Amino acid sequence: MPARRLGRHLVAQWTRARAALTATGPAVAVAAAPVGPVVALRDLRFRWRPDEPEVLALDQLQVARGEHLFIAGPSGSGKSTLLGLLAGVNVPQQGSVQVLGQALEGLDGAARDRFRARHIGYIFQMFNLIPYLSILDNVLLPCRFSARRRARARARSGRLVAEAHRLLAHLDLAAPDLLSRPVTALSVGQQQRVAAARALIGAPELLIADEPTSALDSDRRQAFLRLLFDECRASGSALIFVSHDTSLAGLFDRSLALGAVNQAGSATAAGRPAPAA
Amino acid sequence: MPILRLALLSLWNRRFTALLTLLSIALSVALLLGVERVRTEARASFASTISGTDLIVGARSGPIQLLLYAVFRIGNPTNNISWQSYQEIAAQPQVAWTVPLSLGDSHRGFRVLGTSLDYFEHYRYARGRALTFARGQPFADLYDAVLGAEVARALGYRLDDAIVIAHGAGDVTFARHADQPFRVAGILARTGTPVDRAVHVSLAAIEAIHIGWEGGAPMPGRTVTPDQARRMDLTPTQITAALVGLKSRIATFAMQRWINAYREEALLAVLPGVALSELWSLVAVAEQALLIVSGFVVLVGLIGMLTALLIGLDERRRELAILRSVGARPWQVLALIIGEALLLTLLGLLTGVVLLYGLLAAGTVLVEGRFGLYLELRVLSAQEWRLLTAVLAAGLLVGFIPAWRAYRMSLADGLSLRV
Ligand SMILES: Nc1ncnc2c1ncn2[C@@H]1O[C@H](COP(=O)(O)OP(=O)(O)O)[C@@H](O)[C@H]1O
Ligand SMILES: [Mg+2]
Repeated sequence: MPARRLGRHLVAQWTRARAALTATGPAVAVAAAPVGPVVALRDLRFRWRPDEPEVLALDQLQVARGEHLFIAGPSGSGKSTLLGLLAGVNVPQQGSVQVLGQALEGLDGAARDRFRARHIGYIFQMFNLIPYLSILDNVLLPCRFSARRRARARARSGRLVAEAHRLLAHLDLAAPDLLSRPVTALSVGQQQRVAAARALIGAPELLIADEPTSALDSDRRQAFLRLLFDECRASGSALIFVSHDTSLAGLFDRSLALGAVNQAGSATAAGRPAPAA
Repeated sequence: MPILRLALLSLWNRRFTALLTLLSIALSVALLLGVERVRTEARASFASTISGTDLIVGARSGPIQLLLYAVFRIGNPTNNISWQSYQEIAAQPQVAWTVPLSLGDSHRGFRVLGTSLDYFEHYRYARGRALTFARGQPFADLYDAVLGAEVARALGYRLDDAIVIAHGAGDVTFARHADQPFRVAGILARTGTPVDRAVHVSLAAIEAIHIGWEGGAPMPGRTVTPDQARRMDLTPTQITAALVGLKSRIATFAMQRWINAYREEALLAVLPGVALSELWSLVAVAEQALLIVSGFVVLVGLIGMLTALLIGLDERRRELAILRSVGARPWQVLALIIGEALLLTLLGLLTGVVLLYGLLAAGTVLVEGRFGLYLELRVLSAQEWRLLTAVLAAGLLVGFIPAWRAYRMSLADGLSLRV
């Protein structure tokens, strides 16, 4: 069976399995955490600079605990900007961004950075790894900035390194000779999986992925997604996944076309409606 | 603190460029410290050329000129002083001792100094150190000579070697006192002063070799053989200058006034310390300029670091965004870059100091032989620590520029990277 068809086959199988799991999987993890949505946006307005037009205008958006949300939108439509707001790197000029019940716009910069270190894992489109750190050090990076992530990683595997190894093994990066390689010697797919391990270590409640698969072959994409879903489910993390590739949307609990809900710049966006999920 | 570790690892990752930067800082720091050290050593050795002498007396000219020819043996006196005036000064009740100095002849590039045995007893250098003999003893016979350490070393002389003195500063065959050769009777221990570069003979010997040379060249039939000379009265009529020691230093100014107002002859008496500092202030301009230039060399080294850090920054935008995504604060991004600048500067300083001591250890012998300057291998002085601290502060300041840029960048970019 050619790889591509195998991938599709697996995804189909997996989609069915997921449907069966959603009833119990997330519920188990959520039970330990306080109830309420992971993300709640209200009346959000954001522009990068006062003299530039609004990039985002969202009336509301909610993400439930453990939910896997797909956000689609063409390039330049403000997907990364939205993720930056959710991560608390930027704050909206208007409206509210609540993560885990905490209004980020009410925190100062240092508190938002601390909040992000504790509760959010982030995966970039590519070049996720710091070239001068080993694979292990890259994975452990969040633990160096958050005691909570450290504690949770230890609680899971006893030692930080053991937890990093466990995650890497789950993401098909177990080979010992692989781990001693410099990160620059890894393939793109391997790099993205290391990035996923980093985002997942210490079980943050929210995982944000900004087009993490766009540099991968399409069959690799689904394999990567499968691993990501597995791990998110195991740690009970909600996943917000952004991509312009709508073919992946079906694998998620829910999908959203940013162009359709974003009222900003509708003059230009109206001409080319975002592809529906 | 994860940031320092990151800075270290990041530097290690760019170790080649980092090493070059470090090396340029190290070299410039070694230069700066070297200049500072040679400067202070030169000043110290300069100031220690003469000590224990209360007044230097010569014919009326400038104080610096007198100091130069009487002590440093540089340049020539315009006039001599008469033996009679010298005797009268020596007879003053406040005067404890006097040393006559008679210059004018040379031996293979080294000055010949006619003096008395009092020279070996009363001349002091470096806070009161007396002259000592490495070999032999003071001149006893009319044709005995005592060599400075450098003269003996450079010309390879030993005791009892015969030497011929030339008339004037140049060494021309027809102007040699070849008929009255001298014997090396003693060799002085090294002092690090112009004493090392002098050939010492008695005043009587200077008289003897100049009999018949009144016109500046030997007059046929008027010159004498050593045996003839020994039977003659060799009391000098003139000397070049004199060193004077007083019984009490309180009398210094009164004695100076007395000599400067001396009726029979136009004389000048100077205090060595005053004349030395006057002379040094002339040299100090060049010396300051040297220090400033080496300061600029350090600046160039630091600007090299600035360039390297700034160039690196654009490549590292991604890295900074990653750090922000895992919870690093903007000030930690700032600290990362500053930390690298600080590490580079610190390592540069350290290497520079090691380099300096290495060079000093290797160069001391050379410098001492060539310039009579003894560079002691001592610990860093307070002034040198100040210079090092200033360089460190400058490094910090320079590091702040790229760090601030990185800070602004990571705030502006957030997690979206627009390249
Ligand atoms: N750091 C930034 N500063 C200023 N403008 C930005 C910044 N990042 C993105 N933008 C602008 O915001 C808009 C949305 O960009 P982005 O969120 O990156 O879109 P997407 O991720 O969907 O491709 C674009 O017009 C882009 O130029
Ligand atoms: Mg984007």
